Amino acid sequence: MRNAIECSALTRRFDVVTAVDALTLSVAEGEMFGLLGPNGAGKTTTIKMLITLLDPTSGHAVVAGHDVGRDARAVRRSIGYVPQLLSSDGTLTARENLDISSRLYHVPRAERRDRIEESLEFMGLADVGDRLVRTFSGGMIRRLEIAQAMLHRPEVLFLDEPTVGLDPVARRTVWEHVRRLRERDGTTVMLTTHYMEEAAELCERVGIMHLGKLAALGTPAELEAQVGPGATLDAVFTHFTGTGLEDGGSYRDVARTRRTARRLG
Amino acid sequence: MTSLERAVPHVASAEPVAPVRFLLDSWTVAHAEIRKLAHDPTEVLTRAVQPILWLLVFGQVIAQSRVIATGNLSYMDFLTPGVLAQSALFSAIFFGIAVIWERDLGVLHKYLVSPASREALVTGKAVAGGLRALVQTFVVYIVAVLVGIHLRWEIPALVGAALVVVLGAAGFATFSLIVACLVRTRERFMGIGQILTMPLFFASSAIYPIAMMPGWLQVLAHLNPLTYQVDALRALMIDGGPSTYPIALDISVLAVTVVVLVAIASRLYPRLAQ
Repeated sequence: MRNAIECSALTRRFDVVTAVDALTLSVAEGEMFGLLGPNGAGKTTTIKMLITLLDPTSGHAVVAGHDVGRDARAVRRSIGYVPQLLSSDGTLTARENLDISSRLYHVPRAERRDRIEESLEFMGLADVGDRLVRTFSGGMIRRLEIAQAMLHRPEVLFLDEPTVGLDPVARRTVWEHVRRLRERDGTTVMLTTHYMEEAAELCERVGIMHLGKLAALGTPAELEAQVGPGATLDAVFTHFTGTGLEDGGSYRDVARTRRTARRLG
Repeated sequence: MTSLERAVPHVASAEPVAPVRFLLDSWTVAHAEIRKLAHDPTEVLTRAVQPILWLLVFGQVIAQSRVIATGNLSYMDFLTPGVLAQSALFSAIFFGIAVIWERDLGVLHKYLVSPASREALVTGKAVAGGLRALVQTFVVYIVAVLVGIHLRWEIPALVGAALVVVLGAAGFATFSLIVACLVRTRERFMGIGQILTMPLFFASSAIYPIAMMPGWLQVLAHLNPLTYQVDALRALMIDGGPSTYPIALDISVLAVTVVVLVAIASRLYPRLAQ
C-alpha cells in the first residue's frame, strides 16, 4: 500500500521566519491524520504546500502519488480541500455552490445532478438546497463545504480547522459527517486543529507541531502513555512543546479566527 | 498515463481536449459570477446611475456652452459613447475588490485548488467582468433614447457595440485583478482604484476629441485602450458617428490587451492565496 501523503524535509520560509522546518511525515492511505498545534505552529502552511497553494522553499511532498511541485495539476485532481476560512459563496444557494464545485472539479456531466442530490442528502442539507448559504448556520455551512470538497470523490481530503468557531453541538455533527464520509469512500483525511478533543475523537494518528517542527507523532493513546498514566492530550501537548495550547497566535491570527467565528456563528 | 493515475477512482473517462476544457472551466467561473448578479443586482444597478448623471447634467451643460468642437456631430452624440465606455471602466476598475474579498473569505482558495488552470480561472473572471458592463450598456441606451441621441439600430452595429463594451470592460477588470494581486488588501486597493480611474478617463477621447489635447496627453491617449474602445463605439452606436481608426483595428487593440492582461494576471493570481 502506498502512502497518501509523504513529506520529506518539507520547508517553507517567509523572510526570516521558518514557518515549516524540514517536516518529514507519511500518512497511509485511508488514514485519518491530525496536525495539532497552536496558531502559528505551521499547520496551515504545511497544508497549503500539500495542496499546491504555496511552493516549498525546499524539500519535497508527494500527495496521492503526485509531486506537489512538478505535477501540481495532478495533485489538484486528487484532493479535496476545505479552508479554515469560509469557502462557500453566501450569495448563492447550496445547490448552486455544489453545481459550481462539480463543474470546477470536472465531475462528468451525466453524474452531476445525482451526486449533488446525493451529497445534499448525505450531509443532511436536502431541505435547504435552494436557500441562500448566507442564511445557513455555521455547522450547515461547514457541512456544505465538505460536501463541495468531496463531490469529485478525492483520494485525500484536507480540512483546515474544520470546526473553528462552531458550538459543541455543531462540532459533533461535523465530526459525525466526516466519519461517515470516510467510511463510505475510504478517503484519506488530513485535518489541522487546535482542539485536543477533536484530535482524540477523530484521528488515528496525531502529529504535534511546534514552531514549524514535528514535536511528537503517534496515536493519541501512545502519546498519552509517553507522558504518564492518565495524561490528557492537553498534558501531552505541554509536555512536548513546553507551552500550553493557549499561547501563541499573533494579532493577525486572532483577528482572523474571530472573523471566521463571527461569519460562521 | 502512469499506473498510479489509472488507479485514481472516478476520473472522467471522456476528458475533453485541452482547449475545450479551458472554455468549460472559464465558463464555470463566469457563470458563477452571473448567478451572483442575478441574486443581487443592486451593485450593478447603482453603477448605472453615474452615466445617467453624465448624460443629463454634464452633457447638457457642455452642449449648451459649445466649447468643445466635435465636427458634424452634436456634443451629446459625441459624448454618449464616451459615457458608456467611462461607466464600464469605472465599474470594471473596482472588480478587483471582489477578488480580494473572495480571498479574505476563502472562496479563492477553493478555486485555486481545483483542477482548472489558472488561465481558465482568470479568463472566467475577465468574461464575467466584461458581461457585467452589458447592464450599463442597456441603461445608457435607454437614457440615450430619452434624450434624443441619434443611435444606430442595425443588428450588426448593436452586436458590435456590445462586443466592444465587453472587450473593454474585460480588459479593465483584468487590469483591476492584477492590481488586486499586487496590493492584496481592500484598503490599499480602494486608494489605488481612485488614482487609476481619472487618468485613464481624461487621457482618452471619451469627453473631448484627442485633437484638443496638448501633445504629451495625445501620446498617452494613444496608449490608452479606452481611446480605442470609445473610437469604435462612436462609429457603432451613433448614426453618422466617425471613427478615427478602422473598427477592426480598435477591436484588435482591445482583444490583444485582454489576452496580454489575462496572461499576466494568471501568473499573479495564485500569489493572492499565499
